[in-house]
Amino acid sequence: MEGCNRIWRWAAAVFFGALVLPSWCLAQTQVLDENQAPGRTMAQQATKGPQIWITADHSLHPVLQKTFTSGPEVTEACLSCHELAAGQFQKTIHWSWLDPNVDSKMKVGKGGLTMNNFCINLQSNEPRCTSCHAGYGWKDKNFDFSNPHAVDCLVCHEQTGTYKKFPTGAGFTVDQPTVFKGNGKTYKPPEWNAVAQSVSRPTRKNCGTCHFFGGGGDGVKHGDLDSSLMKPNKELDVHMGVDGQNFDCVRCHTTEVHSIAGRIYSTPAAMERKSLIEDDLAPKIMCESCHSRTPHKPGVKANDHTDKVACQSCHIPTFARVNPTKMWWDWSKAGQKKDGKPYQEKDEFGKPKYDSKKGEFRWAKNVAPEYFWFNGSLKGLTAKDTIDPGKTVAVSWPVGGKDDANSRIFPFKVHRGKTPYDKINKTMVIPHLFGKPGTGAYWGDFDWKKSAASGMAYAGLPFSGEMDFVETSYVFPITHMVAPKNKALKCSECHAKNGRLANLTGFYMPGRDASKVIQYIGWAVVFGSLAGVFIHGLGRYIARGRKER
Amino acid sequence: MTSNNMVNIYLYTRYERFWHWMQTALILLLLVTGFELNGLFTLFGFKAAAEIHNFAGLTWLILFAFFVFWLFTTGEWRQYVPTTRKMLSVIRYYTYGIFRGEPHPVPKRKDAKHNPLQRLVYLSLAAALLPVQMATGFLYWGYNSWKDWGLGWLSLEVVAAIHLAGAFAILSFLIVHIYMITTGHTVFAHTRAMISGWELVQEGTKIEDWEQKKRKAPQPVA
Repeated sequence: MEGCNRIWRWAAAVFFGALVLPSWCLAQTQVLDENQAPGRTMAQQATKGPQIWITADHSLHPVLQKTFTSGPEVTEACLSCHELAAGQFQKTIHWSWLDPNVDSKMKVGKGGLTMNNFCINLQSNEPRCTSCHAGYGWKDKNFDFSNPHAVDCLVCHEQTGTYKKFPTGAGFTVDQPTVFKGNGKTYKPPEWNAVAQSVSRPTRKNCGTCHFFGGGGDGVKHGDLDSSLMKPNKELDVHMGVDGQNFDCVRCHTTEVHSIAGRIYSTPAAMERKSLIEDDLAPKIMCESCHSRTPHKPGVKANDHTDKVACQSCHIPTFARVNPTKMWWDWSKAGQKKDGKPYQEKDEFGKPKYDSKKGEFRWAKNVAPEYFWFNGSLKGLTAKDTIDPGKTVAVSWPVGGKDDANSRIFPFKVHRGKTPYDKINKTMVIPHLFGKPGTGAYWGDFDWKKSAASGMAYAGLPFSGEMDFVETSYVFPITHMVAPKNKALKCSECHAKNGRLANLTGFYMPGRDASKVIQYIGWAVVFGSLAGVFIHGLGRYIARGRKER
Repeated sequence: MTSNNMVNIYLYTRYERFWHWMQTALILLLLVTGFELNGLFTLFGFKAAAEIHNFAGLTWLILFAFFVFWLFTTGEWRQYVPTTRKMLSVIRYYTYGIFRGEPHPVPKRKDAKHNPLQRLVYLSLAAALLPVQMATGFLYWGYNSWKDWGLGWLSLEVVAAIHLAGAFAILSFLIVHIYMITTGHTVFAHTRAMISGWELVQEGTKIEDWEQKKRKAPQPVA
């Protein structure tokens, strides 16, 4: 323990080299820099001097100066030099939307049968969902995943900021300026040469185009990822703040041949907790990568916490600190109409609190996370799994436990809501949502049974015809929006009777779990002693009074 | 008990007094910060309370080693050897005689500082309660190293429970102790003695040989 260092020095000074502190104390860490936590120094060294590796100017490439009329044509031009790029990309989850570590027949992943409690599942709703696919034309289950020209290079690499895929266009842009009714914005056809010649390493804006708007709107899904991170200040994110380190996403989400570091469903972002000191080619995806396992100053108790508590738990006190995030989505309330027409109502944030197509929402800002043991792996339900509708159904949940050496106490956003399920088959239901009236789509016909029958038939799954709504929960690990160090949680946020970790039981935590029996007996003894000496003293006082008389 | 037949004796050496008051300060600090960590109240804040508690605890542990060293090199340990002789009369004094103004059956002398009751209490403190408190506190402090120390089988819950029970016992002792020091010939007589070292005692009271810490010199053979 580094704690003994300072104490040792103190004791030594007072007692002229005292005799008794156990000798193992002597062998402890040296303080290198008194003024800064070593984990900070290390991270600063790991990130100093951003280097420009670029040796090409894409605006000078003749192949990017010809006339383009569509995205796939641009892709073809890209691949004329970057021959391996499409093949690399098509192996990644960004392309397949399936868990690459599970047999693809199991259809685990958002492109398969994995459920959420937002728009529930992609099956039968592709054109709307796949506007966030880095590809062109995934409009139904017949999409050809092997076509290299269907890869969309631009959405991740173009830097003009003008390239916009149409929200219901299955990944395509528009040919003519088109208004999207969902947000009232006009989408314009791209200036193909300008966007193609602007390509570079992905920036926050490239990643954020999809990841800040997951679930169909700003801050709907993650809670720690929304448009406020396009140009954050240090207060919102110490790493990404434009007034500080100004990190892009790929600064930590390091990439090898288009495979980007990060958690993929049940596969943790990193299998080993290594810092760059131990392995200088390790992905920089974890806090430890740059900050080390004991980042605080020697002797700071927080260094002793890092085996059980994730950095994020203390250093992200709340999420959604600038923009609100969706916390509740009740599909069972959908379908109400005013004057026979679907309608929307806004809340105090200007966010929808009711939408006839989708039901009731609740948004919140500055939300304190919930905490669970987490080893980096998330599990989720597919539409084939049996559920127990008698209680809240966890649609996704963190894997881990207090006795697992790889688990840490980790912060989560828990999105709750009510989603449809099959009362007879006891499975979650994939509703057909997006589509025109007469197709069975809920947003066209406002008929749940038709919608469920249509969606489940499309997915090739049984549907009994009997459905209802069940309360569900869905978790997002909170890892972005790391606050400045002076905003980190105080000890007493958790070390207290009703603190943030009140629900994490099964282990002893100082300040929370003191033995009740000993406290009762202890106070009884203490007050007994007080009463005893009081009575004895009173006796002496009275006796002395008598004697003097 | 009039003062004209009382004498001033030097009862507590400089080191003893330092040890006593240092320990007083540390115990008070440990009790206050300890009960804050326990969640009883907020004074320093959890972080500061934990740091002060650890610091004071380790300081106490180090000082205790000096105390043990002093105890054995000076032979003062003999003052702590328990006895049952005169125990009943001491108990009788505190339950009865004290109210009648009787003199203490075992007056203090340089070589016999502790009456039988004190011997028993202070031995229990110095040899049992305080070491247990220090040991559990040290273990609590070193929790993260248990595996390295081969103590992975220990339960923090049990260590913490013993430590808390010890804290209550010490607090209870403190209450009784603070009261008992008012039972001298004046309310502050014993307190003054622990500050200055000098205590007023009645002149001429016979101190039995067995009550003295010194070994009796062998009697010359007649």
